[in-house]
Amino acid sequence: MTGQATDRALRGRVTQEVAEVIATRRVGAYQHITLVAPGVAELARPGQFIALAVGGESSGTLLRRSFSIHRVSPSGTYGGTVEIVVSAVGAGTRWIVDRVPHDTIDVVGPLGKAFPLPTEPVACVLVGGGYGSAPLFWLAGELRERGCHVEMVLGAASEDRLFGVVEARRSCDGVTVTTDDGSAGHRGWVSDVLPDIIDRTNAGVVYGCGPMGMLESITRVAEAHGAVAQVAVEESMACGIGVCMTCVMPVVGSDGRTRMVRSCVEGPVFRGDRVRWDAFDGGHARVPDDCVGAPKVGGH
Amino acid sequence: MVDLSVDLGGGHRLPNPLMTASGCAANGKELHRFFDVSDLGAFVTKSVMADPRSGRGTPRMAETASGMLNSIGLQGPGIEAFVDEDLPWLQSVGARVMPSIAGSSSTEYAHVAATLRASRAFDAVVGVEVNISCPNVANRGLVFACDPMASAKVIALVREQLPRDIPVFAKLSPDVTDITAIAAACVKAGAEGLTMINTLLGMVIDTDLMRPQLGGVTGGLSGPGIRPVAVRAIWQVRQAMFEGRIPTVPIIGVGGVRTGRDALEMVAAGASAIQVGTVVFNDPSAPVRVLRELCELLEAKGYDRFTDAVAVAHGR
Repeated sequence: MTGQATDRALRGRVTQEVAEVIATRRVGAYQHITLVAPGVAELARPGQFIALAVGGESSGTLLRRSFSIHRVSPSGTYGGTVEIVVSAVGAGTRWIVDRVPHDTIDVVGPLGKAFPLPTEPVACVLVGGGYGSAPLFWLAGELRERGCHVEMVLGAASEDRLFGVVEARRSCDGVTVTTDDGSAGHRGWVSDVLPDIIDRTNAGVVYGCGPMGMLESITRVAEAHGAVAQVAVEESMACGIGVCMTCVMPVVGSDGRTRMVRSCVEGPVFRGDRVRWDAFDGGHARVPDDCVGAPKVGGH
Repeated sequence: MVDLSVDLGGGHRLPNPLMTASGCAANGKELHRFFDVSDLGAFVTKSVMADPRSGRGTPRMAETASGMLNSIGLQGPGIEAFVDEDLPWLQSVGARVMPSIAGSSSTEYAHVAATLRASRAFDAVVGVEVNISCPNVANRGLVFACDPMASAKVIALVREQLPRDIPVFAKLSPDVTDITAIAAACVKAGAEGLTMINTLLGMVIDTDLMRPQLGGVTGGLSGPGIRPVAVRAIWQVRQAMFEGRIPTVPIIGVGGVRTGRDALEMVAAGASAIQVGTVVFNDPSAPVRVLRELCELLEAKGYDRFTDAVAVAHGR
């Protein structure tokens, strides 16, 4: 990643606002939450995320939780709104899904880099794993406005962990569903069906959002079938704004050298072929030996 | 209106006592999106070493009650990139800068200080903070800050490299038997001030996987949970100064400050300036918010000058 690219990301505007919850509803295994956050709604682009404080201003849970933006409505009845999809996996995310209408949450955003959009109306395939599909419907709308043919692949372990199948049918030219257990759509993985879809539509870009293993396989399939992969990663972050250095991963820059880059600032969207998938193990990234500043014998 | 200005040495009068804490604010551009970094008394940058460093693999972070553990491994661009890019940028926005420097040998610290001094944006520097909580490769990786002799050697070598009007602050670790002994060694070696405290060494085990949660196994504990440790350390060292066991120098208080009240607590214990660190992860504009709250509290208590509140809790 180049210094210039980082500087560009850091020039983008960002706001911090106390957002009111105006709607929250269960969708399968997830919670779909709508927040009044006009500042974020005005600035955000598909692929960007917001970071939510947990538990109020004297909370002992200090670190923000980051969520990719599902959709924004810059001029709704209540002012601009921002929607997110949350999976309650720990105490912090449980606090967020327990908010009821009129509760408030401190929001920082929009953060990170958006999905780059093609300049030509090429066909695109959008692949979402679980609730990783959240930002893809908004992206699909933008792509179709540019004249792109858009197909979506939604995959999950089981039917209740899929997100947005109905919305996908509305916002895309074609939808394919896969589940590991066969409870909906094709039994298997998104990578099983992706090659045929890329070939049939002659897709130029594959966008992906979901677990690391899935993003790696999307990248591999896209490459083998002549498409560029743009993937939005999910790394655990403490701050979301580029100061804590915890959400790093090894990525190859435009100079061909690998660096440990912050996924909150330089990402969360990366070109798939720039990510050093070989350095990931169980979702954790080690520092490749050829990384800039990698530890010499004796370690850091 | 309370006079918030403070002189921490070298004749650099800072407009107020609030600073970022090293490693919690990167090198300025990120937080400048939320507030003007020149509004702070000083901007303390992330510890920089001689060469670029990748830092450690992940996971680098574990959340704890009222805080977190981090194990970053001093990721950074190296001093050459710092003086070519980061320091000039901070100067261009009018920030007063306190670079934090680090090393794995005393000569590396000296080299980093010398490179800093020779750089074109050095005019923006109002002090140098020396992060002595680094493993000393010459002493089987024991951190400098745990050994009075090693600490003194680093401070003396850094002091030699910098002009007299640039105060040197030694950042102390609380993980020692007697922090006043390390403080005394640093001041005698030429430190014009002390920053207290660095993180405490901690560890979290992931009980799903039954293995250490951090890639680096152990990490530095920070956040509001450690604030009483910081207040205690500041109190003890300030007490030693009152008793004449250590020459009196300014103390910069750091460790879990979240509100103006927390800042005032450290000031009353003996701090002449305050850094806000981990709380920035929760509230990106915390440094300027804490400054505003501190100012309101001082005003409500009838103080005309911030400096009148320093160390007032002693002898009460």
